[in-house]
Amino acid sequence: MNWQMLTLVGEDQPGIVARVTDALYRGGCTLGETSMIRLGGNFTIMMMVDGGQSEQALASMIAPVADQLQLKFHLDPMHGGLHRHRVPNYQVRVNGADRAGIVAKVTGALAECGFNILELASDVVGDSAKPVYIMTIQGYAEAEIERLEAALKPLAAEEIDVHVSAIETLIG
Amino acid sequence: MAMLEILQLPDPRLKEVAEEVTRFDEELKAFIADLEETRQAGPAAVGIAAPQVGRSQRIVILDCSKTKKPVENHGHLILVNPEIIEWDGFELGREGCLSVPDYTGNVIRAERIKVRSQDPQGENHEFEMVGFEARALQHEVDHLDGILFIDRLVSRRTDLFQRKVYQKGSKKRDA
Ligand SMILES: [Zn+2]
Repeated sequence: MNWQMLTLVGEDQPGIVARVTDALYRGGCTLGETSMIRLGGNFTIMMMVDGGQSEQALASMIAPVADQLQLKFHLDPMHGGLHRHRVPNYQVRVNGADRAGIVAKVTGALAECGFNILELASDVVGDSAKPVYIMTIQGYAEAEIERLEAALKPLAAEEIDVHVSAIETLIG
Repeated sequence: MAMLEILQLPDPRLKEVAEEVTRFDEELKAFIADLEETRQAGPAAVGIAAPQVGRSQRIVILDCSKTKKPVENHGHLILVNPEIIEWDGFELGREGCLSVPDYTGNVIRAERIKVRSQDPQGENHEFEMVGFEARALQHEVDHLDGILFIDRLVSRRTDLFQRKVYQKGSKKRDA
């Protein structure tokens, strides 16, 4: 397989996924892992695509749909492939008053412990007068939970509520 | 004893509702021994259900006594015709399945359950299970009803709104 990473971003409207994937299907492409989510009224797509075509051929396949839907898109040839899942063994939940640097501080502390972030989702909720930041992180680390907790502890003094828990994945 | 073949998605037999066990004989015990051997041979599974090896009968093996981080458990259990008779609370947790290789995902399960079941001799038992063991039993009983954990996946964003989910869920239960 010769995967390309296709990124599409634009104002959200119904039918984006259907129209984009239809164009790829008609062009003989295979889809791999994807992430699609609405962020701040925009719709964002990151998608592994392979059709055996050149980057140019793939781009000319997507361009008409992207134009119609007013999406910006980008293609990058990528290394790697399917079946490379890594199962997270830790979950970190964060919430606190929204303030500059909250993500950098939390992820910086985790990185020092060799924590590999596999998935991160964050949101700003509440109202604009009193915004609250909420974040969940799933990741993998060899480090013991006590070490992660110790690394995150200083953040409590800044009124950032951080909670680490081990994930025991059930196989049954 | 013999290793049995584990059915994998998209085998349609995984979607069938399994039959009740009515004969508690030597053949049943021999099958359970094979099922246990099959469970142990794979990747650290805490449970296995008969439909996963193509036998459409209500039989489950559960063993949550060897998790990396110890959890409350009843040791090694053979559950014949298990039935969940009480549920309480909700909890999000990550699951994978011998029948769905190379994939794990988040599922909401009841936090505490009461289970009624029979043993291989046909004797009746009741168990109260919490947390991880309760989750494992619910995963296995789903197999008996033709349901896989991927039928119950929740969106990754559900994590962020977990508290809301809890409240809605518990209100429904109370009603
Ligand atoms: Zn399973």
